[in-house]
Amino acid sequence: MRTKEWKLVITFDTTTQAFAMEEACEKHKLIGRLLPVPREITAGCGLCFCLSLDQEEELNFFLEKASCQFKQLYKMEL
Amino acid sequence: MIYFNCAATSLQRPKEVIEQVVYAMQHMGNAARGADETALLPARTLYMTRKKLAELFRINDPGRIAFTTNATESLNLAIKGLLKSGDHIIYTQLDHNSILRPVYEMEQNGVTATMIPCDYFGRISYDQLEKAIEIQTKMMMITHCSNVTGTLLDLEKIGAFCQKHKILLVVDAAQSAGVFPIDVTKQKIDILCFTGHKSLFGPQGTGGIYVREGILIKPLKTGGSGTQTFSKEQPGEMPDVLEAGTMNTHGIAGLLAGVTFVLETGVSVIHEKEQELMWLFYNGIKTIPNVIIYGDFSGVERGSIVTFNIGACDSKSICDELATVYGIVTRGGGHCAPQMHIAMHTVEQGAVRFSFSFFNTMEEVEQAIQAVSKIAKDREC
Repeated sequence: MRTKEWKLVITFDTTTQAFAMEEACEKHKLIGRLLPVPREITAGCGLCFCLSLDQEEELNFFLEKASCQFKQLYKMEL
Repeated sequence: MIYFNCAATSLQRPKEVIEQVVYAMQHMGNAARGADETALLPARTLYMTRKKLAELFRINDPGRIAFTTNATESLNLAIKGLLKSGDHIIYTQLDHNSILRPVYEMEQNGVTATMIPCDYFGRISYDQLEKAIEIQTKMMMITHCSNVTGTLLDLEKIGAFCQKHKILLVVDAAQSAGVFPIDVTKQKIDILCFTGHKSLFGPQGTGGIYVREGILIKPLKTGGSGTQTFSKEQPGEMPDVLEAGTMNTHGIAGLLAGVTFVLETGVSVIHEKEQELMWLFYNGIKTIPNVIIYGDFSGVERGSIVTFNIGACDSKSICDELATVYGIVTRGGGHCAPQMHIAMHTVEQGAVRFSFSFFNTMEEVEQAIQAVSKIAKDREC
């Protein structure tokens, strides 16, 4: 059985915002990937950017500084 | 064959454009219709192309650019998606049918319009703009560079005028994108309409529209967006609001390669090369007896187009002879900008248009000068 893990999930209004986030995270050495938005949450864009929980501190620091647009940041089991 | 019909479309393109279209057709699924690599690849390509276009046109947010099939679709969106009965619009005599026909259509629906005339040389008097303003004026449409004479309008001057009167400036950059510097902020452009297949070297069927933040265009088509499936309305955010249905990502992959080529080569380098070719041709034919050249060649900034007639000869027959005898491809007749032909008194005759590309050579231009010279000498009309 697939084991669930706690993840950081960022949602967006548009696909453009999702790819901008992917690009910016990669530039700042934050490791993550785009995947379909889980059904528990709703967002305009069908893609979300997902990162491991151990990057929470770096991600929060990055989101405060960067000008990337996003809808919401969730912590959830995926 | 020598191709001088670049104002109609590019024929010579960077090889990367063709390679990227082929690669896209072999590897791309449908953008925003899944999150696997076949769907992410085209979605990333769209994103990268928006970014490159934003860099080219100095647009802060790439998400304000939506893809369309061509400049005509973009102009239709701007005109029909923003104007309503009672609104007034200003346009110019330089405009192409891609502006004129939607404007005429909107006139049937209660929109009023004022045309800024141009003189025989295709020049407009900027003083006339103030006189055209009405209380209901909502928008000014301009052709940045005339596809008939190469006349270039002063975007900064018109942008300042539009800002002063709080009206929207919509620019048709079909002939200028990639060849002249465009800066939407500096030039105060609210909506920029461009095509991909001319000086951006992309495939036909690619183009786009930039819409300044705060402007909401009513889409002309609605449908699948890959997002918000259960909403009865088209998603309202740019660019999704204007991009219903499967995108031409195969074509846009080629456009990305074309825009990358333009950015890497440099707009000014492309511009200078085209200007060199245009002036060489102009200077080579201007003294040929019986050749009548249209447009302003007094030294002002202009597009790389030379349009002329030989006496009273049918312009299409000159093009036919150029193509069949000399292997030189040009365009004759009317050029989809009927008001310009009225200004140039060429409604019946049309005109022969040479339009140059970065990929043309001086040798090709020399051959063209010889051909025009020979035809002018042989013809008795």
